[in-house]
This record gives sequence, structure tokens and C-alpha cells, in this order.
Amino acid sequence: MTIRSSIRFRYRGETVELSNVGPMDTLLDWLRLDRGAMGTKEGCGEGDCGACTLAIGSLRDGHIVYEPVNACIQLLGMVDGKEIITVDDLAWGGKLHPVQSAMVDTHGSQCGFCTPGFVMSLFTLYHQGGPVDRRTVNDHIAGNLCRCTGYRPIADAALATCLGQPNDAWSARVGEATSHLADLDDDADVFVGSDAVFFAAPASEDALAALYLRHPDATLVGGATDVGLWITKQLHTLPKIIHTGRIKSLHRVAEGVDGLTIGAAATYAEAESALGGIDPDIAEMLRRLGSKQVRASGTVGGNIANGSPIGDSPPVLIVLDARLHLRRGDTERDIALEDFFIDYGKQDRSASEFVVRISVPRLADDQVFRCYKISKRFDQDISALLGAFRFTVKGGKIRDARIAYGGMAAIPKRALAAESALQGIRLKDSNAWQKALAALQQDFQPIDDMRASARYRMETAKALLTKALIEAAGEVSNRTRVVGTRGGELESVA
Amino acid sequence: MNLSPKFDAAAATAEVGRAVAHDSAARHVSGSAPYIDDMREPAGTVHLAPGHAEVAKGKIAGMDLSAVKAAPGVIAVLTASDIPGINDCSPAMGDDPILADGEVHFHGQVVFAVVAETRDQARRAAKLGKIMIDAAAPAVTVEDGEATGETVLPPYEFLRGTPDEEMDKAEHTVTGTIRIGGQEHFYLEGQVAMSVPGEGGEMLVYSSTQHPGEVQHCVAKMLGQSDATVVCECRRMGGAFGGKESQAAQWAALSALAARVTGRPAKMRLDRDDDMIMTGKRHDMRADYRVALDARGVVSAVDMNFASRCGYSADLSLGVNDRTLFHADNAYFYPHARIASQRIRTNTVSNTAFRGFGGPQGMVCAERMMDQIAILMDADPLTIRKRNFYARGRDVTPYGLKLEDNIMAALVRELEKTSEYKTRRRDIARFNKKSKVLKKGIALTPVKFGISFTLKHLNQAGALVHVYTDGSVQVNHGGTEMGQGLYIKVAQVVAEEFGIPVATVKITATTTEKVPNAAPTAASSGSDINGMAAKRAAGAIRDRMADLAAKLHQAKKSDVRFAGGKVYAGNAEMSFAELAKECFLDRISLSSTGFYSTPKITWDRNTATGRPFLYFAYGASCSEVTVDTLTGEMRINRVDIVHDVGRSLNPAIDIGQIEGGFVQGMGWLTTEELVYDDQGLLRTHAPSTYKIPTCSDVPEDFRVNLWASKGNRENTIYRSKAVGEPPLMLATSVFSAITMAIASLNKGVVPPLDAPATPEAIMRAVNAMKVEG
Repeated sequence: MTIRSSIRFRYRGETVELSNVGPMDTLLDWLRLDRGAMGTKEGCGEGDCGACTLAIGSLRDGHIVYEPVNACIQLLGMVDGKEIITVDDLAWGGKLHPVQSAMVDTHGSQCGFCTPGFVMSLFTLYHQGGPVDRRTVNDHIAGNLCRCTGYRPIADAALATCLGQPNDAWSARVGEATSHLADLDDDADVFVGSDAVFFAAPASEDALAALYLRHPDATLVGGATDVGLWITKQLHTLPKIIHTGRIKSLHRVAEGVDGLTIGAAATYAEAESALGGIDPDIAEMLRRLGSKQVRASGTVGGNIANGSPIGDSPPVLIVLDARLHLRRGDTERDIALEDFFIDYGKQDRSASEFVVRISVPRLADDQVFRCYKISKRFDQDISALLGAFRFTVKGGKIRDARIAYGGMAAIPKRALAAESALQGIRLKDSNAWQKALAALQQDFQPIDDMRASARYRMETAKALLTKALIEAAGEVSNRTRVVGTRGGELESVA
Repeated sequence: MNLSPKFDAAAATAEVGRAVAHDSAARHVSGSAPYIDDMREPAGTVHLAPGHAEVAKGKIAGMDLSAVKAAPGVIAVLTASDIPGINDCSPAMGDDPILADGEVHFHGQVVFAVVAETRDQARRAAKLGKIMIDAAAPAVTVEDGEATGETVLPPYEFLRGTPDEEMDKAEHTVTGTIRIGGQEHFYLEGQVAMSVPGEGGEMLVYSSTQHPGEVQHCVAKMLGQSDATVVCECRRMGGAFGGKESQAAQWAALSALAARVTGRPAKMRLDRDDDMIMTGKRHDMRADYRVALDARGVVSAVDMNFASRCGYSADLSLGVNDRTLFHADNAYFYPHARIASQRIRTNTVSNTAFRGFGGPQGMVCAERMMDQIAILMDADPLTIRKRNFYARGRDVTPYGLKLEDNIMAALVRELEKTSEYKTRRRDIARFNKKSKVLKKGIALTPVKFGISFTLKHLNQAGALVHVYTDGSVQVNHGGTEMGQGLYIKVAQVVAEEFGIPVATVKITATTTEKVPNAAPTAASSGSDINGMAAKRAAGAIRDRMADLAAKLHQAKKSDVRFAGGKVYAGNAEMSFAELAKECFLDRISLSSTGFYSTPKITWDRNTATGRPFLYFAYGASCSEVTVDTLTGEMRINRVDIVHDVGRSLNPAIDIGQIEGGFVQGMGWLTTEELVYDDQGLLRTHAPSTYKIPTCSDVPEDFRVNLWASKGNRENTIYRSKAVGEPPLMLATSVFSAITMAIASLNKGVVPPLDAPATPEAIMRAVNAMKVEG
């Protein structure tokens, strides 16, 4: 297996090759401090404001795809094999890019500090092709905060420009850009640095397993949407970084009749349509998970492996009975996802062991699924709590209930007492629900924090179960929700 | 956006009144508008990072900074004893140490600053500092502060008539309490400054500040040298909203101190979390009130008290809390009134200016009172509001100002019609009867906001205009650009004065070198006062040029016209550039200063009499919301706004201020929640935990119109009106609409909804409705 001791990427029409890349170097610092490219701004340093948004071009099935990324928490090494486009270089031949001109025409900038990030987000929307509506625009720029304009003129700029097939300097040179990226696409294992301090990006699962065995103290990084903050905010020193993004097999999302398998390095963006296809509520949850930027980098596997009690996908996947496939060296094993989470910060994962893939069963015809995310702000907010529900209903009775919550305990956790209280009751018998609602108090002792009080969490956990039952019993969701109503109501199984 | 019918085309002049883009728009979208952190650093620039207290109150028993000093790249560690002059960065009271000395007063107070070769080195080194503090129990909440009895400033009140007697004899009285949260500015560009040392002690300070004069003053005082040796410059800020009025000074002072100590240029840019922990916010308050009214809901007396969390020092709390009192009436006449304010000291960061400057808190309380009266009387809140509006014979405010420009009734009438308020209110009542989980609410609320600094001496501005011999023009004034479009508005004024295209007017950075002793860019006054000063400067030059043009062409001076880049004198015509050249040859000065002081301001705080405001800005908004009564989630369905900007200097810029202000106010009253723990640690110190609105929070159905004004009644710059702050308060209609949605759960019960109306706050109010039912 070849080892490459440098990273290579496309920037300003050239291939940049760097052999002096620190494991903690960020893309934003490289642009601003090394290259003096000052268009991309740092607003928060944690991937939440979008001021540092730039576009990253990657090859996907031979086509170039531009995605918005927060440069502040993107590790420099992670851009190996990609193309980087920043706001500094968007105007071409002395002419503003269409999204730039539209932002001027609609008076879409005031203080201007967030503007480069918005422009780059709009650039990636422009390159998605196809006309957009306000809702699409909202989702696309949910990861860009503006404190001045109130967003309306920015949305107008998007609506005025993102009309169909892109027609700009990038679309004109797409063939050239694609072949440049294809040239960079080798199967070498990237290892930059020394055994003590390195950035590594192996190209295969075998290489990853071997490297991680040698360096059990290394930090495994998927999209760095969390690890990035350990560096920029907690100022941890992480001398050994192993990035999973170059392993193609780990990006694979396979859709079968009974279920899906999602490679651990698949980004949310890559997994979104398959996972969201299971149920509209999952699509809605994914729409609100992080932001476009976060979903373009963050991985489903990483979200699980880091064991966060407030990750949005684990409760949903637990309710769906997902299984986790882990590997250490040459040993593989397979566990129920819910058993992976042991306690706060503690998972069933031994040293040098990593998540390979997640398998997720589809819903059976007699199963109703619901999930609800509760946060102070609808978009790009961490949940105060998230409830996921799967009821198996036969002859008007609940034969089986699986319920899990995030934000209610130190780990994403099932509500076993509530589940058993629902067993066998008539779905439409709302009096019978009460026992399950009360049982939630046995299942959880939530805490107070800045997102919600314990009292609100408990009360709302009950409210979400109530809502799921109301809807399962046949109420249409536009009578029960202010956000995320399910299209094409409704598969009432009552 | 609908730009008609706000501007009378016939009265339109060439440049003023045109929807010209922001002067930096093309640079903003290309990333080529440099903010301070984007400037090329001079060789050898060093970087600072703050080291802060991690307890909220106590005496500093000692510090161990040895590990900090030994850390890679560290050049110096600054503490209070390194300051050669005065260790203070307060705007007035002398109570804000740049570096804590002896004791700490809030969690996050800066105790030392690391100077290192790189910013990353400085930040990492700062973590190694050990500050030993004999901790004492902090006062965190307003109630904690009330218990200690400590204030940052004495209480203040407006008293008119005999409110207590009126309460006794009134047909009805209502009482209530509302808690109104604070707000983080969340300017996208954090606090930043870079200082470059010069010869003979000179210091050039680039600061992201709304008040370069104050930064200059603070740095000079800190270095122990004269103001004349320090220059402060600011080309643009990446947002400010009041947060860089007084609180930019500390970071500028620290960078200047580092520059002095190391002899090298020094830059300090705060990390976002540090910024949020170390800089002040909008004051949060508890308002308690009693209202006397008659059977029709007309108020005869109010007794309102605002207990305000000021933080550990005075900062701008005097003016902020005074303005709460000035706007506790909003648009309503209170025949008898006691409106009081308590400026409570707490062991939290010192709260400061924020768009609206205390006014919004006063208005939210006034609107709660109106909602409460209406709910108790089972009346339409808009009817109650109208009955209480200022009107002829009911037109003197509690502080004795007689309203002369009141257009509220007409403006609200128009919005009531265009928003279809009545029909929709009926439809909503019908919806709520049928809908179990979701409830809707609608509200139409007014805004009346006083324009002028209530600190009289700040109502002054200077400008400096140069005409060059090629006919190009350079303009400078004391106002700063924070995104509000001040620079382009002033450039339009100058272009208008010379009859030249605005594109030929060169805008330059605000610097204390060109215009000294300028007021902060605050109180919405920027274009009013700087526009007028620039007009006078340009007018003085034009006057001289006109003299020469008349002489050259034997025309009467009154026949000289400047238009379209040309100068017409009688039948003769020459380009503006030619005339400029002629002036130079004739040894006529082509440079002038201009000065403006706002007329008619006579406010005397000691006697609480006189006129604090030159005029009022008016507006109204109508919001409709849907609330999920199971979870407390809320969605805004539609918003209609009519806002009065007089004759707009630039309708596009003004619409931007209105929409942006509304959305910022909406965030304040809904999703933006500051959470301190009981030890005084701010738990919401990053955008991951503090949630300002995103695009989807803004309703797609958002109808914003300018009031078809004939112009400001007062002789302001082209009869325009200030627009920076007033629109923020239009968002009270969102809060009232939520209140009405919850009120539909139980007729006659007033929802005890506090601000911000987070899902949790909404559920508290929803649950209270059940209990009281």
C-alpha cells in the first residue's frame, strides 16, 4: 500500500501540495494566516454562525459536487483530494458572480461580516441546479446567521438567482475541474507528520484498523464538527488525528428492501435521502439536524461514536432497532445500537475499535413512526429533547411500542416502562395512554440546563408521547404541529 | 419589499431619497471589505488573549502566572500594575478597571492579558494562569441584588399628579409583573482592536468601535498621556448594535498597553465565547405595575417600577434606564403616573447599550398592561390601545413633553386596514374554537420612540469635506459605519449638495484625526446629526464655489445651480471639476468643516423637566402566530409593518433597518435566552446555546411599508427621520400575539408570559391558564 506524506487539493486553479500540515491546523487559519486570503471570516469558531462558509468541491460518482463547509472547524488535512472555493475568488473576469450581484441588488448586506458566508452558501445552492422555493432557501442558509438584515433580502437574492442550470465560470469549466479532482483521487494512505504528531487519512478499512491498533491514543475524526471544537474552543492538544473521510467503503449507503446500511464515514448529506426515506419525520429531523454545513461534514457514524446524549439521530435509530458494526484489528462484532451507549461519555467501544457501519431496518406495514425535536429555535439548534416512537399496531391495538428520547438522560435511552404500559392497549383509548405517560417518570430523571429545565423536559416528554399517540390514532399533523407537518396525510393504522 | 408610496417622486432630488446600495455592498459580497482582523498586520505584530476570573465575586488573594510566562511564544503577561496611567475603561464613572485590581466583580472579568507571537499561543497560554480568589457569595439575579440593596446608581422616577389617590378612587385597578430578558448583541464581528506604536509616544489604534473618541480618550488616560497623542480609526464594524459603544474600549486599551510594553504593533481579537462572557448585554428587568382605569379601559393612573440588572458597574446604565422610563408610556397617555427605576448592582457583566437603549423594556411593559386590560374586559386589545393613545388634549408625556408630531392614530388606522386585522382576528377566534392543540393569536402594537440623546451634550456632530482640483470629493464625519448605511446616506447628502453623482463622493474611515470629540454613533442619531454637519461643510464650500461661478460668468449668485455634475451660472455651464480648478487658481479654500448641534433640546434631568427629544419616530406592526399548546413551540405566520421614516434619505437602507430591527426584536422576545447559573456563570456563551433568529424564523409573509410621510415636522436632514432603533420595538406585536394565543385557552385569564417566549416560557404560561381555570 502506498503512503503519501503530503496532502493535495485544488485552490485558485492550482494543485496545492502541503507536506507540513499539523493535525490541529484548520482550513480557516491556513487561508487567513498562511495565504492571507481574508474574505472568509471567523464569527464564532465553532461552526454555528456560518461566517467562514466556503465551498468544497468533491467527486461523487464521477461528478463534482459543491457543498458549503464551515472552514473554522474543518481540519486542513481533511480537504485532501478536494477543491476549495472561497469568496475571494468568486468574481470572475472582473464581474461579480450572479449570487454576488443579486446580493447587491436586493440590499442583502448591511455590516457585511456574515456576507461572504452567505454568498458561498448561495453559490452551492446555485450549483445544485433547479429552481428553489423559500423553504429550500431557508434550509440551505439555516447555518448562516445574519444579525442585520432579517434575512428577507438574502432569501430574495437566492430566489432571484437559483433558477435552474448553473451558468458561471465553474459550470463552464466543470470538465476540467472534474479531471483535476480525478487526478488527485489516488488510493494512497495519507500520513503527514511523525509517529508522535500526525495527520493521517488511510484509504481503506484495513489500513485504518492497522493504524488505529498502532495508535490507540489517536483521535478518530469523521467530519470534525465536534472534534473541531475540542481544538478551537477547549484548546485541547490532539497530536494524533486519524481521519476516516478517505475510505470510500465507509461512505457507502446501501438501500435494501428490508433496510439500509450506512458506512460510518458517510456524511449526513450522503445518508440524508436514504435515511429520510424511511419516514417523513426522519427527513424532517435530518433537515433540522445541524445545518447544511454541518451535514456536509458531519457523519452519522461520528454522531453515534462520540456518544453525545443530545445527538438527534441515536434515539431515532434506536427506535428503529438499528445495529452497529464495530471493528478492532481484524475482529468485527455487531451489537444493538442501544447497547452501545453505557453512560455519559462511556460507550461500548474498546481501544482501537471503530464503528464500521450502521444497519437500519425499515418500518413494517403495521408500524407507525413519529419523532419530534424540541429546541428553542427550530433550525440549527441542539435539542432540549427529542422523542422517537414506533408503534406496531394490529387490529386497533398496540402490539409493540419502542420509545426513545435524547436529552432526557446521560445517554440516548429507551423508555422501557412507558413501552410496556402501552403494550396491548387500544390505540384510540386515550385513557389507557395515561399509564404510559405516568411511566415516563420511572424511565427518566432529566436535568436542568441552559436548554430546558428538568420539569419542562419531563412535561414535554409526555407531550411528545401524547402527540405521537394522537397522530397514530388518526389526527392529521397540520392540526398538531407548527413545524414539520407530514406531507400527504396519512397512513392511519388505527 | 415595496418601495412605494414612501417617497414623493416630484420632490425627489438627484441623490437624496434614492435607493442607493450600501457603499461597501460590492466589497461585502466579494470579501474585499476589510475589517480590522483582515488588515495586513505590520511586521512583528503581537497578539493578546485575556485571562479571566472564574468566580463572580471575591478578593484576589494571589496569582500564579509562571506557567503562562513560560508557555511557547509568550512575550509578556500584563496585569494591572503594568498600566502607566489610569486603570479604567468606563464611559464616565471610573468604575470599570481594564484589568481587575484586588478584587473581581463578575465571572469573566479580565485579570491579566497574555501577549504572544501568535493568537493561538496567547489563548493557550492564558489557560495556564492561576488566579486565587477568596470567593464570596455573588448577587446574580435582580432579586439577589435587591436583597443586598446595592445599586450602581441612585433610583430615579417620573412623577406626575397623584397616582396613589387615583388608584384608590378608580373603578378598576389591575396589577401585574412581567420579567423581560436581556439580550446578547451577537454582532458577527467580535470585539477587536489593533494598536500601532509611533514616535514620541504616539499610538494609532484601529478599533471596532461606535465611539472612536472614547477609545482615544480611554487609551490616552490609560497610557497617561494627552488625547492629542492618540488616534483612533474605524472604517467599518461587522455589526455593533450598542455593544461597541462603551465596551470596545477595554480591548483597544489592552492592545495599546501591549504595544507600549513590547514596542510592537499589538492586536486583540476576542474569541466568541470570551466576547459573550466578558461584554455587557441588554439589561434584563422585572417590571411591576399597577394601573387604574375606568369602565372603558381608559387608564387614569399608572404606578410602574422597573428593577434592572445593571451588572457590576454603572457603564451606560443611567441613560439606558432613563430611557426605559421615557418609553414606559409607549403611545399611551397616563394622566397620573409614577414611573420608577432601580439600578441594581449584581455580580454579572456590566450591562450596556443595545438598540433601543432601555426603551424596549418600557414598551413591553406598557403593551402587557394593554393586553391585560383587554383580556380582563374581554375586549379587542386594539380597541383598548386606541382608547389610550395620546390625542389632542391628552398629549403631554409623564416627563412634561408636549407631543407635536403625533401621527399614531392615522398610522395605526392604515395598518389595521392593510393587515386586515379585524377579519383575521375573527377568523382566528373561529380557528381556536375548533383547534385543540394549536392556538393562534394576532396583535397590532404601536411604537413611538424619542429621537435625540437624552444626555444633551452628545447631540452634536462634526464633518470635514474636501473638494480636490479634479472635482472629486472626500467626506469624513464623526459617525461610524456598523452596517446601518450611515456612510452612504451622508455621501448622498454631500452629493446632493454639490449636484454630483454619489459615486464620485469618496467615503473615508472615521478617525479622531479628522473630526475630534465626536459623539458615539448611537441613539439612532447617526444620519440626523452627521448628515447635517456634512451638509453644512459641503454647503460652505459650495457657497464659495458659487461666488466664484457667479463672478466668472457675471451671473447672480442666486442663479448658480449645481446639478448633474455641472454648475450652471446664468446661461453659462461648466463642469463641477472645472469650477473646482478655477477656485484653486483663484486661491479659494476647497475644504471645510461643518458642525451641527441638535436644536430645541432642553432636558434637565435634575428637575425632570424640559424637552429630551427633538421629535418622535412612529411605527406599528401586526403579527399573527400559532402556538403548540402541548410543547410551547411557536411559529409566526405573518407580519405587517408600517413605519415612519419621514422623507427617506434612502428607502432601501431604511427598509433594511426596519426589517432587520424587527427580526432582532423578535429574537429578543422569543428564542434569545441568557441563562446564568446560581454562581453567576453565563451558560449561554456561544451561538450553540444562544439562539438568534435564522432565516426560517422570519415569516415568508412579511409586508413592510414606509409610512407615506410628507416629511419630518422638524427641520432634520432633508426632513428624514432616524430609523436605527425604533423598528426593533415593532416586535412587541409578536409577543402580544403569543399572549393572545395563550389567552384563548381560558377566557378572562391573563397569561403570565415572560420574555423571551421560549417554548418553555410559553408552556409555563399555558399551564398557569389551566390552574387558574
